[in-house]
Amino acid sequence: MARNVADLLALSQQEELVDLPDSYPLSTSEDEGDSDGERKCQKLLEAVSSLGRTNKWKLAERSEASLMVSEFNVTSEGSGEKLVLSDLLGSATELSSLATVKKQLQRIKSKTLTIPLNKEVADRTLREAAFSKTSQMLSKWDPVVLKNRQAEQLVFPMEKELPAVAPIEHVFTGWKARTPLEQEVFNLLHKNKQPVTDPLLTPMEKASLKAMSLEEAKIRRAELQRTRALQSYYEARARREKRIKSKKYHRVLKKGKAKKALKEFEQLWKDCPSAALQELEKMEKARMTERMSLKHQGKGKWAKSKAIVAKYDLEARKAMQEQLAKNRELTQKLQVVSESEEDDEGTEERIVPVSDGMDDLRMNADAVNPWMLSSCNSSAEGGDIKTDPEQIPEFVTHASSESEGDERPVAEELVLKERSFQERVDSNNAKPLDIQETEDSNSQEVLSESRILLQKLNKENHQSEDQEVSSVETVLHIQREDLASEKFLVLQRLERAHVLEQRGELGKEEHYPKKELSGPVLKGVWKEMNPPTHPDASGGKKKKEQMIDLQTLLTTPSPPVKSLAVPTVQELEDEVETDHKQLIKEAFAGDDVIREFLKEKREAIEANKPKDLDLSLPGWGEWVGMGLKPSAKKRRRFLIKAPESSPRKDKNLPNVIINEKRNIHAAAYQVRAVPHPFTHHQQFERTIQNPIGYTWNTQRAFQKLTVPKVGTKLGHIIKPIKAENVGYHSSSRSDLSILQSNRKCLSRKQQKQLKKSSAD
Amino acid sequence: MKVKMLSRNPDNYVRETKLDIQRVPRNYDPTLHPFEVPREYVRALNATKLERVFAKPFLASLDGHRDGVNCLAKHPKSLATVLSGACDGEVKIWNLTKRKCIRTIQAHEGFVRGICTRFCGTSFFTVGDDKTVKQWKMDGPGCGEEEEPLYTVLGKTVYTGIDHHWKDPAFATCGQQVDIWDEQRTSPVCSMNWGFDSISSVKFNPIETYLLGSCASDRNIVLYDMRQATPLKKVILDMRTNTICWNPMEAFNFTAANEDYNLYTFDMRALDTPVMVHLDHVSAVLDVDYSPTGKEFVSASFDKSIRIFPVDKSRSREVYHTRRMQHVICVKWTSDSKYILCGSDEMNIRLWKANASEKLGVLTSRERAANDYNQKLKEKFQYHPHVKRIARHRHLPKSIYSQIQEQRVMKEARRRKEMNRRKHSKPGSVPVVSERKKHVVAVVK
Repeated sequence: MARNVADLLALSQQEELVDLPDSYPLSTSEDEGDSDGERKCQKLLEAVSSLGRTNKWKLAERSEASLMVSEFNVTSEGSGEKLVLSDLLGSATELSSLATVKKQLQRIKSKTLTIPLNKEVADRTLREAAFSKTSQMLSKWDPVVLKNRQAEQLVFPMEKELPAVAPIEHVFTGWKARTPLEQEVFNLLHKNKQPVTDPLLTPMEKASLKAMSLEEAKIRRAELQRTRALQSYYEARARREKRIKSKKYHRVLKKGKAKKALKEFEQLWKDCPSAALQELEKMEKARMTERMSLKHQGKGKWAKSKAIVAKYDLEARKAMQEQLAKNRELTQKLQVVSESEEDDEGTEERIVPVSDGMDDLRMNADAVNPWMLSSCNSSAEGGDIKTDPEQIPEFVTHASSESEGDERPVAEELVLKERSFQERVDSNNAKPLDIQETEDSNSQEVLSESRILLQKLNKENHQSEDQEVSSVETVLHIQREDLASEKFLVLQRLERAHVLEQRGELGKEEHYPKKELSGPVLKGVWKEMNPPTHPDASGGKKKKEQMIDLQTLLTTPSPPVKSLAVPTVQELEDEVETDHKQLIKEAFAGDDVIREFLKEKREAIEANKPKDLDLSLPGWGEWVGMGLKPSAKKRRRFLIKAPESSPRKDKNLPNVIINEKRNIHAAAYQVRAVPHPFTHHQQFERTIQNPIGYTWNTQRAFQKLTVPKVGTKLGHIIKPIKAENVGYHSSSRSDLSILQSNRKCLSRKQQKQLKKSSAD
Repeated sequence: MKVKMLSRNPDNYVRETKLDIQRVPRNYDPTLHPFEVPREYVRALNATKLERVFAKPFLASLDGHRDGVNCLAKHPKSLATVLSGACDGEVKIWNLTKRKCIRTIQAHEGFVRGICTRFCGTSFFTVGDDKTVKQWKMDGPGCGEEEEPLYTVLGKTVYTGIDHHWKDPAFATCGQQVDIWDEQRTSPVCSMNWGFDSISSVKFNPIETYLLGSCASDRNIVLYDMRQATPLKKVILDMRTNTICWNPMEAFNFTAANEDYNLYTFDMRALDTPVMVHLDHVSAVLDVDYSPTGKEFVSASFDKSIRIFPVDKSRSREVYHTRRMQHVICVKWTSDSKYILCGSDEMNIRLWKANASEKLGVLTSRERAANDYNQKLKEKFQYHPHVKRIARHRHLPKSIYSQIQEQRVMKEARRRKEMNRRKHSKPGSVPVVSERKKHVVAVVK
């Protein structure tokens, strides 16, 4: 650029020279003073500058700091105008040699280029571009990284590596003996002509190979092969035949053999009779052994021969019969076993009625289903008489529900007493009917007890129930009159049943006498009896519930009580506050918070109450299965009553629920806050509650649950992940070659800089 | 007469072949196996205790150097071979299975500043204080041959670090600038410079192999693109970064070991905030190396201990120290991700287990199953206070322990002061700066 400026200056001077002669002298004398000369020079310059109209442009001197500093030393500031191409071209008009260039330049409708950025900024833009490009390239790894981070298990090394075992020959070719020891060893090997490279055969082996001709070897080999094949065929066949299980096949085989033997025997008879005699003896022996063997089936050879003759020969027939008898004797054992079974059944039948009072039912059941027999027996043993399957569970559930839901001490006491009473009754029932008469006194005792119970109950219950009871009693009295012929005992039992029934308990004892009574009459009575009893029972229950309600109401304050309490407080408060309260009341008129709270409290109390523990194991001493439950007696026997809990802390605090479950000692072992990755305590609890051990999971599930996050193989090198492994395409060109090709594209100047820096 | 009897299908109890395990009928009815959570808790507790009982991480000490070990390098093809360079210019090649030095080379005069192996494992490069780059053959010289480098390049300035490209015959050195060399040439193919301070370490990205990272003593970390022959971005931290290490499984993540006792894991696309700040050291962190699985890394510190950090956790999972181990200068995680090597000031290289309580050698399938189960149990109950306490318990040397206490006090005081300042100034004028953002001074484009 500087050179251009110099050219331009030269051009202007030329012009000056052309124009000068008419107005100015070419030179001034040198003798004149310095100041004069200076002035003149200034003048000359001014004149020159004024001469050319087109040559307005002059090189500006930079005299003060400027923001617009070009590193190419070009400024248009001095003239205060923009530098235009035509300005530059104007001065070049006179040169003929530049005419073509001028024309070309004039044709260009040129716009001035912006000043190139300085190096700092240029580098920064370059860097920014490169960075954005690189980060874009890198973001292709995002899905891979995410996948690997979330993977259940990562197994390293990721790619399958092939075992890099080179064949020994390759290793040998690349290896040379260098130490003296190695060289010595190699010399020794070479002396013996030990092979080093492929094929690995010593000269001796090679010589032996050469010794036999090819043809000969082939024939030999074929022969050997054939014999081996034959042997294997034979072996296979023998094995196969040995393994055949078919009786028919063997029979045919045996027949064939026998025929053959017969033929041989005939041949022998002809050839040499003495040998044939011996053979005959042998045959006789074989027959005897058959006789001796315990197959008296009539299927043997001897037996068949006898069977043919038996029609005519008496002795043969006798022998036959003898054999058959023997056969029967031997085979009789099986029959004997079955007979004894029948006998057992018979005895059972005989015994059972003694132990049980209800033979007719048992008989019926027996006739229908043999399984019933055993169940009946077991029930008889247990002391319970299960007649009506519907009733028993009801009773059981009833009893259990009563025992479980014991909120009322009075009722509980009753139940307890009732139970003890029942047990006694049961023990009575277990004894046969005939004996019961002798134990009348005992039953009387029981009766008196039950009466006392009844009285107690009556005190508590209302009169209406009493009336009902009396009505039932009257019905029963009528029954009694009707069935006067029946035994006194039966009536007693009936009465007792009635007592129980009155207390809302429909025990099986009720059914007991029914069985004793003669059919239709009793049924009628029963039908009469049944309807009043059920509502009676339910009514009793309801009564009890009412009682409970009263109790709970006494202990826990109900909403009306609360409302009663409010005014007393209100009196103390300002009117404003009462207004406020009123407002709140109105606002929350819809939802009954207090009732809800009470309900909650009741539930909490229920939940915290110690429960009875049922330790009865199904399947011990009785059948188990769907729909079968362990007997009531058993459950009673193994039921551990919950201990009486100490009174609740919030018993007398109506508005408070104190959680008594919280154990301070356990807090030390518990997680205090929900840990980081979890957002809700339920999530965390769920992870803790799902067991992962083999005790609770199948083998497969256990393996799946305990799979480690990262799996590595012993002694395997794990290489960094590669784009090809993940399925991405990576450029085939190496980074180095790209770098070098890029460098060729770089500008000469940058290269110069680089050279400079590398030389430093 | 039909005889009724119990019968079972033999398929349910007879194994198919002799090689199968015996079928043991098992009732998975949950009512028969009650108390799952308490039982598993006890198992987890026991597993944690046993883990602590069996935590014996120290395996061996390789001694033989006559000065502090300055750099370590892994062999890319052989797990048993390790190279180390010392401060007296000596390079030793070790066999880990024999725990013996198999070759010693006097490579440089002065420090061996950096050592790296070629990707094929046939040769290795060293740079030293004598301004030379030397290439050596991995196999020893033959009988009667002199121990000589394959090539020697004499440079103008001291080289402070070297790393080899993962695929191409090129390597990068650092010193005054980052130079990229072709193995065949004696002058660098390309040299990249940004700033005027000396660069302490340079590392190639193992996945996107054209990327490089370097850290200089003017507290910055600079990233370069080798293909475009230009730096990409620079991040300036509070204090000087000693070295960086790229994650071998995640192309854009790297971890920087800083003088301010912390390590910073960066995503190179977003340098203004580190992904994670790893605290725990109580002195400058000198070296860091990733596990080949990319899940954890190990850091060596001036506080005479090495620590193992999970990549996504800010606190270390393990700390190793021995009474004799001085300032740890270099550390490497072996390529099978089982062991850790560290070289320290007092001339020894130590071999540690990466998992302190892991049983070495081949495990039977039952052992492995038990191990996995215990691991899962520990993971499941890790938040329970007792399990957590036992799992976290470590013995620390008094110096480290007291320094931790001291720094805790300092940190608390600083926090309190900031809180007070915030309280007594105009709302919003003292903003809350997160721990991650606190340490990044600037990102230069």
